[in-house]
Amino acid sequence: MTKNKHYWNQYQKEIADDNYFYERSCIRQSFFPGSETTFLKILREELGKTIIDDPNQHTCTGIGYHSDVVPFDTTMTVCARLFSLMKDAGFKNYVPSCVTSFGVFTEVIETWQNFPEELEKTRNFLRKATGREFDIPNNIVHPSDIIYKYRTELKNKMKYQLINQETGKPLKGVEHIGCHYGKIFSKHAVGGAEFPQVLAGMIEEWGGEVVDYPERRHCCGFGFRQYLVMANRGYSVANTKKKFDSMQAYKPDFVLTNCPGCTMFMDRWQYTIAEMEGITYDDKKMGIPVLTYEELAGLLLGYNPWDLGLQLHQIQSESLLNKIGIKYDPKDKFVGKSGTFLGEPNKPEKLIVDYEK
Amino acid sequence: MTNYYNLLLQDIRFKEGLSACMNCGVCTAICPAAEFYKYDPRQICNIVQTRDNEKIEDLLKSETIWYCGQCMSCKARCPRGNAPALVISVLRKLSQELGFFIESEKGRQQFAIKRSVGDNILKIGYCVHVDTVDPKLHPEQGPVWKWYFENAEELADRMGGNYNKYGPGALRIIGEKNLEEVRKIFELTGGSQLHQNIENFSKEKAKLTNTSIENEGINNEYYLHTYIENSNKHQK
Ligand code: SF4
Ligand code: SF4
Repeated sequence: MTKNKHYWNQYQKEIADDNYFYERSCIRQSFFPGSETTFLKILREELGKTIIDDPNQHTCTGIGYHSDVVPFDTTMTVCARLFSLMKDAGFKNYVPSCVTSFGVFTEVIETWQNFPEELEKTRNFLRKATGREFDIPNNIVHPSDIIYKYRTELKNKMKYQLINQETGKPLKGVEHIGCHYGKIFSKHAVGGAEFPQVLAGMIEEWGGEVVDYPERRHCCGFGFRQYLVMANRGYSVANTKKKFDSMQAYKPDFVLTNCPGCTMFMDRWQYTIAEMEGITYDDKKMGIPVLTYEELAGLLLGYNPWDLGLQLHQIQSESLLNKIGIKYDPKDKFVGKSGTFLGEPNKPEKLIVDYEK
Repeated sequence: MTNYYNLLLQDIRFKEGLSACMNCGVCTAICPAAEFYKYDPRQICNIVQTRDNEKIEDLLKSETIWYCGQCMSCKARCPRGNAPALVISVLRKLSQELGFFIESEKGRQQFAIKRSVGDNILKIGYCVHVDTVDPKLHPEQGPVWKWYFENAEELADRMGGNYNKYGPGALRIIGEKNLEEVRKIFELTGGSQLHQNIENFSKEKAKLTNTSIENEGINNEYYLHTYIENSNKHQK
């Protein structure tokens, strides 16, 4: 037993406990702005932490880097500029919102550690281009690491649990970890590449049950250029389909992800598969809701689902809200910031979006 | 004759990505691209490590180097600690430097990516932004996305965003001073040169194929061609 415990320690990583510098994600801001807002709110208001949201930040270039329109020297120097903003703010713990960014930053720092001449080169590039200096962060963690670290504190504040109100049984969650969280450097993932714990730990702590299924670690299919170019999207949808085909038999109530690309693709490709093939993966033809970990935490903390942004998903989440027993106002769903009703999105042909009990 | 292997070695990721591949095929076994395409990362590593100049040139002109999805599953699994994904990324970089990418259908798509993600970075400081994901070019995004796209300020701001305004928050305008510094970084570190190469070679190809191409933007025949065309003949 002690031996096992010791072995598991090798799969842990250091997660700083306060004073974070936040770096926003292009994809999360665009597709799930409510999740970034909720992360900051949870940290500041529920956990009392300090986290900086600097308006001078910009893309890490990650999507461009992995689709090969940005060379590595450029990516390293753009990352260095972001680190210099953190230095200016007087912080040392860097929190990139996106899993792609997390992968890029860990790759850049690993390169600097293995090849110090690359670090020198980057320092010179940044100095020459901008006059800036930077420090390598003491700690780089993904927001899902932080929510995982404080999962018990958050549980104590939660109004709801991942328990089916009708049956009293734990709800079944599929966890999908973004490839670049643990597959580039397993030492940077809690649980390594094989047993990443961040999402599984949240689901179990908050009352649910984690579904294990054959394609659990398979990529969602983003594939960068394989999605960005319309001609290649068959690759992307085929990978998501492989995952859903594999998980269907286990009848998951929801999918939880820690990467914005994965959340979006596993949501949108369910719609595409429904419209093209008439296939849905639940018994109500509504699809399986795919949530970010902040959306899930926010729901259980009692936040309004429509402030979290659940209506921006193509697969609607009411089935899950009802199972958990969350009260919501259906009329508020299509209302904007000004309080005006914005009209409803068009209905898909095959995928059902209106929940009837 | 140019020694391609030496050129590959100039990118630090090549050293990081490949040391003595033992041809075990574990990377191919785990690879999602190998399931979808006729594609084999093991073979790519093997060809490269033979240093056979002609074969490397064939690779640089091939469709195959463009099939990888950069998921990095191969890096997690390789028993030698190699990263075929990095080797492929360096091959792609060299292919674009030498203009070989226009020889393949999948390679030519780099123009579509440069004109979208590449230009977004320098113009607005985002790789992707709501305003750049036009539902007309993204039918897979579905009707909810169209609704959000048409009501972006109302919806993003309801979710705590700061859509196209100055100050902190999601989808804010990134200030000009920041963009200027990012642009200078691109100029100094080879990013702008790479963009220029993609532009120049693509224009050459457009001319050869009598396809119209504009100096900017995505409203031109060559863009749409590289973005949409799937001949289904690219797999040899
Ligand atoms: S897994 Fe590694 S050693 Fe095996 S074929 Fe692939 S690159 Fe070579
Ligand atoms: S990174 Fe590319 S080569 Fe490696 S497993 Fe993923 S798709 Fe295959």
